[in-house]
Amino acid sequence: MSADLTNRDPDDGAPGGPEPLDAALAGVARPDAVAGRTDVATALTGDVSQSLTERLVGGLLFACAGLTVLTTVGIVAVLLWESVRFFGDVSPVEFFGSAQWTPQFADAHFGVWPLVAGTFLITAIAALVALPCGLLAAVYVAEYAHPRTRRIVKPALELLAGVPTVVFGYFALTAVTPLLRAVLPGVGIYNALSAGLVVGVMTIPIVASLSEDALQAVPRRIREGAYALGATKGEVVWGAAVPSALSGIVASFILAISRAVGETMIVVLAAGSSPQLTLDPREAIQTMTAFIVQVSLGDTPQGTPVYRSLFAVGLLLFAVTLAMNLIASRLVLRFGDR
Amino acid sequence: MSTAASLPPDARADGLFAAATPEALARRRRRGSVLHATAIAATALGLVVLGLLLVQVAVEAAPWLRPHLLTEYTSRIPSRAGLLAAIVGTFWLMVLTAAFAVPVGVGAAIYLEEYARPGPFVRFVGLNIANLAGVPSVIYGVLGLALFVRTLGFGASFLSGGLTLGLLVLPVIVIATQEALRAIPRGLREASYAVGATRWQTVRSHLLPQAAPGALTGVILALSRAIGDTAPLLVVGAATFIAFLPATPLDAFSALPIQIFNWTARPQADFRGLAAAGIVILLAVLLVMNGLAIWLRSRAETRKS
Repeated sequence: MSADLTNRDPDDGAPGGPEPLDAALAGVARPDAVAGRTDVATALTGDVSQSLTERLVGGLLFACAGLTVLTTVGIVAVLLWESVRFFGDVSPVEFFGSAQWTPQFADAHFGVWPLVAGTFLITAIAALVALPCGLLAAVYVAEYAHPRTRRIVKPALELLAGVPTVVFGYFALTAVTPLLRAVLPGVGIYNALSAGLVVGVMTIPIVASLSEDALQAVPRRIREGAYALGATKGEVVWGAAVPSALSGIVASFILAISRAVGETMIVVLAAGSSPQLTLDPREAIQTMTAFIVQVSLGDTPQGTPVYRSLFAVGLLLFAVTLAMNLIASRLVLRFGDR
Repeated sequence: MSTAASLPPDARADGLFAAATPEALARRRRRGSVLHATAIAATALGLVVLGLLLVQVAVEAAPWLRPHLLTEYTSRIPSRAGLLAAIVGTFWLMVLTAAFAVPVGVGAAIYLEEYARPGPFVRFVGLNIANLAGVPSVIYGVLGLALFVRTLGFGASFLSGGLTLGLLVLPVIVIATQEALRAIPRGLREASYAVGATRWQTVRSHLLPQAAPGALTGVILALSRAIGDTAPLLVVGAATFIAFLPATPLDAFSALPIQIFNWTARPQADFRGLAAAGIVILLAVLLVMNGLAIWLRSRAETRKS
């Protein structure tokens, strides 16, 4: 009982409030404390319908919470169900062994590597932009910025995060690509570079906001200790604060990369739809997400290998992002504990 | 972790302990200010790109922002094309999304915060919700395609689109409502129980009104994520050419971001201009929604203090 009380609301209540009275009341009145709370209410009021309502509402609320679990179950079930049938048509050896992805050709090949390479290329370019810029922005906001500047910069970065990705896709295709084509020779109308750069800018706020949280959570004594040793401001920031916040910063990196892997509209609009095994950022490529959209845009009949390949690619995408998100939440928990 | 251990070796060797000569100190300070300047530049980069984006969109959109954009259906002739079906479609999609996700999301949050005993199950559901928030939106589209469009037979309809977006934003609503419930002092619950209220009476009459501003802020933020999300709707089968207004939830649907995508993907410059005009309208709607959320949050804060 007491364990239950301390578990639930550790930070609740006004500081310095009448704690003992609070605790005493809690012991009497908290629903978890008194077993069969509704039975007591029924006994007091003699109202049976009330206890029925209570149980009905409790069941409904439980169903709502259960639905969130069912969503995950649904995603996994749908992806697995169609993927299993896909691998009945196409052997996993071809899927993971061939380097050709031509599902819509007469001579269909289902080697997933070109899509993986395209996704990797976009993600790598995005990471080159988002990880350093996001971290530096977090350091600026958390360590350098005047509180007044911070109050402007933080919401502005959140604004960047609120822009729909289709808008970024428009920007990549109509502004960034022409610019790149004017500057770099050999850049195609659709190319990985433009899409990757814009995906990178889109993910800056993810790195910035989570890394800033991690930096803010670094205890002051660590900074003060470094100052006491004679470190300059820069050495305190980069030698003491950033390393102490490392697990949170790494978590923000992983989440940003996971977002880049799953990003769809920017790559659909700006990176093209040519699945090919290349690491040349000037060329058109296709990512896993863009393939899913391409198939669903066409009138692909249900039950064909092409239709099912959508789910196999989706399963791969889901597995990759889920793994990254799980690692990141582990890391966040670790730095949250400290 | 001790401070010394967390310093990189070079800082320990030549920085902190070895060199206290004026030249060395000046060098270390210089290095520090270079990093400071780099941090400012990196922060500015994202904001400059945002500024360029807004300017570019505004310039491209200016010639196309005309009243008939709001009153005409889309057309193959750019000068006649409008966003009527897309705007109405987005409105109905948001209504369906909210009608599904708000009760379920708030209900789940109430269950997790007020009903369930803390333990492995609640932790599991919480972890699951956190992970759902990180699933790429296109995967929700795949779920919607297989579940709502095909298995349940709703087809490529408003209902399928709205439910898909509802599942997508469910985690946002659950998390926001949980936080709002957690912020309510325990004393309020205890006072309610002390006068004999049941759990549901306490939730309905005391906790929900208190949590409403926070939860509503979360709902608005969730809907502003749903309103711009394009990929799941494309996968579920949004139509790009619709010249009628919907009569039932099972009608074919379009939406603002879908129309923007379609116009952007066309090679003609005129359609790109139309896409920019569509973006201006979408961003304006988003701005209003976010402004509303900020206003609600600040009003709740002033009332509390």
